[in-house]
Order: sequence, then C-alpha cells, then structure tokens
Amino acid sequence: MSEPLLRLDRVSIQFGGLKAVSELDLEIRQGELVGLIGPNGAGKTTVFNLITGVYAPTSGRILLDGKPIHGLKPHKIAKLGILRTFQNIRLFPSMSSRANVSVAEHMHARAGLAQAIFDTRTHRTDEAMLQSRAVEALTFLGLLPSADLRANELPYGQQRRLEMARALAGAPRLLLLDEPAAGLNPQETHELMGLIEEIRSRFGITILLIEHDMRVVMGACRRIAVLDYGVKIAEGTPDEIRTNAKVVEAYLGEEVPADLGAGS
Amino acid sequence: MKRALVVLVALGLLTALQFELPHVLNPYLFQIVVLCGINIILAVSLNLINGFTGQFSIGHAGFMALGAYGSAMFSLHVGGGWVAAMSAAGIAAPIAQGAALVVALVLGGLLAAAAGYLVGLPSLRLRGDYLAIVTLGFGEIIRVLILNVDAVGAARGLPGIPPWANLFWVGVGVLSVIAVSRNLAHSTHGRALFAIRDDEVAAEALGVNTTAYKVMAFVLGSFFAGVAGGLFAHFLSYLNPNSFTFIRSIEVIAMVVLGGLGSVSGSVLAAIVLTVLPEALRPVRDYRMVIYALMLIGLMITRPQGLFGSREISLSWLLGRFRRREPRPTP
Repeated sequence: MSEPLLRLDRVSIQFGGLKAVSELDLEIRQGELVGLIGPNGAGKTTVFNLITGVYAPTSGRILLDGKPIHGLKPHKIAKLGILRTFQNIRLFPSMSSRANVSVAEHMHARAGLAQAIFDTRTHRTDEAMLQSRAVEALTFLGLLPSADLRANELPYGQQRRLEMARALAGAPRLLLLDEPAAGLNPQETHELMGLIEEIRSRFGITILLIEHDMRVVMGACRRIAVLDYGVKIAEGTPDEIRTNAKVVEAYLGEEVPADLGAGS
Repeated sequence: MKRALVVLVALGLLTALQFELPHVLNPYLFQIVVLCGINIILAVSLNLINGFTGQFSIGHAGFMALGAYGSAMFSLHVGGGWVAAMSAAGIAAPIAQGAALVVALVLGGLLAAAAGYLVGLPSLRLRGDYLAIVTLGFGEIIRVLILNVDAVGAARGLPGIPPWANLFWVGVGVLSVIAVSRNLAHSTHGRALFAIRDDEVAAEALGVNTTAYKVMAFVLGSFFAGVAGGLFAHFLSYLNPNSFTFIRSIEVIAMVVLGGLGSVSGSVLAAIVLTVLPEALRPVRDYRMVIYALMLIGLMITRPQGLFGSREISLSWLLGRFRRREPRPTP
C-alpha cells in the first residue's frame, strides 16, 4: 500500500482538563471522499483545526505525503495544499466575490511586493492570470453573475458556495468541508452534493467532509469515520456505519431519535 | 511609455505650481497648501496600516518625528556639504538641493521604517486596543527621547535646517504615496491586507502570511510618515518636539476615519478638509475648536463610514455617476 495523502497518527489535543480529540487515527487516500460525522461537540471541527494548523496537537503526528505538518503555521499548511471552508461562514465581508476568490490565489502569485507597487509587466500578467482563474472558480460554482457584489450582500446559499469557490481557487490537494450543507434547503443540499462529487471526480481533489445531515453523508461518501467525545468509535462504509451498534447508540441512544439534522 | 508621459506631465504641473502659486497666493495661504500636502502623505500612509490592514496605530507622530529629525540631522551634517560641493561643481542650486533632499527624505523614511518594523513585531501578538496602546507608548517614547537628547536640540528645538522642501517636492511625495497605495490596493498583496482586515483567521487559512503582511503594512506606512516628517522639517527649517505629540497622531487618525477607512481618495480629501478647516475657522476666534469638533461629530453621525466609505474616486467612477447607475465594482 502506498502512503496515504493525509495520515493522522494517534493525534490528541487537550484544552485544560478536556481531551477534545483523543488518540485519533485516520487515513485519507488520494482521490477519496471521506465523511467525518458525530454528535454535536464530538470534536469534528477540532480535527479540522488540527489538520489546518489552527491548533497544534498535544501529542501525535499529522502527515501529508508522509511528511509531518503538525506545528506548522496555518498559512504554510494552506500552501502545501490543504484548504478548508468554515462551519460558520467566514468570508471577507467587505470584499467582492471576485476579490474573495482571488485571496486564495495569493499563494500562487509570482510578482513580489515591489513589482506590485511599481505595477511592472510581470505583475500585470500575473494579475491577469489570477483574475482569469478567479473567474473560472466563480463560474464553476455558478457565482459569476454576482462576481462584483460584496460578499455580505450575497444570499446565504451563495455565501456557502463562495466559500467553496474560494477554497477551490487555491488549487487544493485536500479540501476540508465543514458542514457545507448547514442551513441549506433540501434542493440546495442536493445540488451541493452533486457539486462536491464533481469537484472530486473532475479535479481529482481529495475531500474530507464534516456533515451533520446523515442522509447527505451516507449518500456521498464511500468511507465514513464517526467521532464521539473526541474518540473514533467506528469507521467503514455507509452500510457498516448504519448498522454499527456504537454509532446507533451515540446518535440514538439518548432520548431524541427522530431528526438527526436538527439543532446545533 | 504612457506611464512615463503621465509622470512627466505631473512633474511639469508641479513645477508650474511651485513657480506660479506663490504669485497668486499670499505666503500664509501658500503654507497651508504645502501643509495640506504633508498631511495627505501622513493620512494616506496611516491608511495603509489602519485602513487597509485594520490594525489600530496611534503612533504615527512618532514615525513622523523620526523621519523629521533623521533627515534634518543628515542635511545639517552631511547634505549641506554635498550641496556646497555640487554648487562649486557648477550644478544649479535647485537640482543640488533637490538631490540632497531626496537622499535626506529616503534616509528619514528608512529610519522610520526600521522603527515601524520594531513596532510591527508586537502586532504579531496584539490586536485592537492592545496594539493601540503599544503604538501610543512608542510615539511618546520617541518624543521624550528627542526632548532629552541635546544633540538634536532637546527642548530648544532644532533650528537652521536647510529649507530645501517646497511645493514641488511635497507634490512628488503626495503622488508617490498615492501611487504606491493604489497599486498595492489593486494587487494580490493589497487583497491579502484587506483579507486580514476582514477576517484574520480565514486569511491565514487561505495561505496569507498574516504576520508578515501586518509587519509589512507597518513598515510601508511608517516609511511614508518618515518622508512626511522630512518634508515638514525641510519646509519649516525648524523642528520642535511639541510638533509630534500624540495629538498629532490623533489628527491623522481623524483624517483616515473621516475619509473612510481603506479609501485612498477619502484620506486625501479628509486631509485637505481637516487642514483647511481650522484655518478657515479663524474668524470665529475662541469658538474655533468648538465648531471644528462639532463639525467632526456631525460628520461622524451622518456618515459613520466616512466621507467615501471604502470607495475610491476615479475617472471611470465619476463617468459612471453621470451616466446611468450601473453596479459598481467594489475593491
């Protein structure tokens, strides 16, 4: 077996007395679409924050292509090709959609600060290239008509898609999506899942997806890991997960069985 | 080619202004025009830090003081000799003085930029109010140092600085800082700064080295504050530590906020308004500062986003206004 794209090796993080993630092992192979699910407060977003360098793990290793990336600054990890979206949308509200997307391309710009200040030819061609790539990303997510609107003027569903366009524009190898369907209606969710599958198949981008809506994850992912209280309690295909006793207990063991997507 | 032409035309216009304006305006008004220019440089450079990057610096007077005293010391001890030598070699006085002034301004700017780097470093950890306090402290340290160092005149001030700065050189400074700001704003580096202002966590997650960019904004902003200080020194030919109290920093902040945080043209306009207003209000004597303050309050209540918001005035924008209202691209 070849080295996986991303490997978490017994990763733990402790905040004071709380062990938010405990001894987590996770492997993501090139081209996979992996789901990460779990009840509220299970530590899913913390896992994203660990992978992207927002937190450094208390113990354990995070390897990209077999090379350790834990302890690197978030912008370094982004440059290595791991990009993310946020659960509670974090766009640049005062900037246009186009500019939002262009920020992610920043790391691929060649023209330095001096060239920008003197507006040299290198800078101009560079800028033209960045702009055309931004247009590509916006077009792919159907946002081109709103390219010049400020991000905070967009409707909610478009803001969600703009976050994805922004991450895509950075040409990620691994894309981390944190509840991309949160707050979307069933129609929008359906479209979004199609889009995610297309990102994987057409651009060959590996995806790790956090999702609350069980139906969404079950439909989209071929492999799912389940977290509960910071511990991985199960991993497998959707069918295996659906029938796993521990998972059923984590989700349904308490009193509210009906709607798994409700509340947060 | 086109750009070279624009630069030539601008320099020609400045030369014409330098020679013609003193005939049209009395010395008092002429001085206000020059001070407007110096304040524009200060406001636009602070806009790089406070407006573009969203950091809060209230130490701009400190950077200005470093540039002023640094360049003045150079001219007093070195530059004067250069000009004498160049004149002896048959080089026309305005050219010799201009060359020496440019060197003095760049050195003053670099001194301020070095200080900006030092002050920018704590901004890795601090933000908002905390950073403001650090920059406030820095500005005061500079002033108190100057007040106590005899070599730069201490409390007596520093007289006899060669009066090489004129409207032409102030104009060159103004055009430089505006050009740098505008080009920056339209580049990927400028977008990185705006991204930091809007959401630092998201900017970092998208590969923006937020630390490096915040320090860069500080260095660039303080460089031009130093240049403004140098022009100030070589225009008045006398420096006094009292010109660089934190009140001066506050005035510059008022210009940036009034113009609209992040808007270069807003900073320019507000710098002019806030320089001219206190002078224009001289006829009302005792009530001058009261009315000045009331006007500021009134403006902030009616336009809290500043005169321009984050918009820019440009030719295409003006044309767009005269035609039909079309959706306007936001920066």
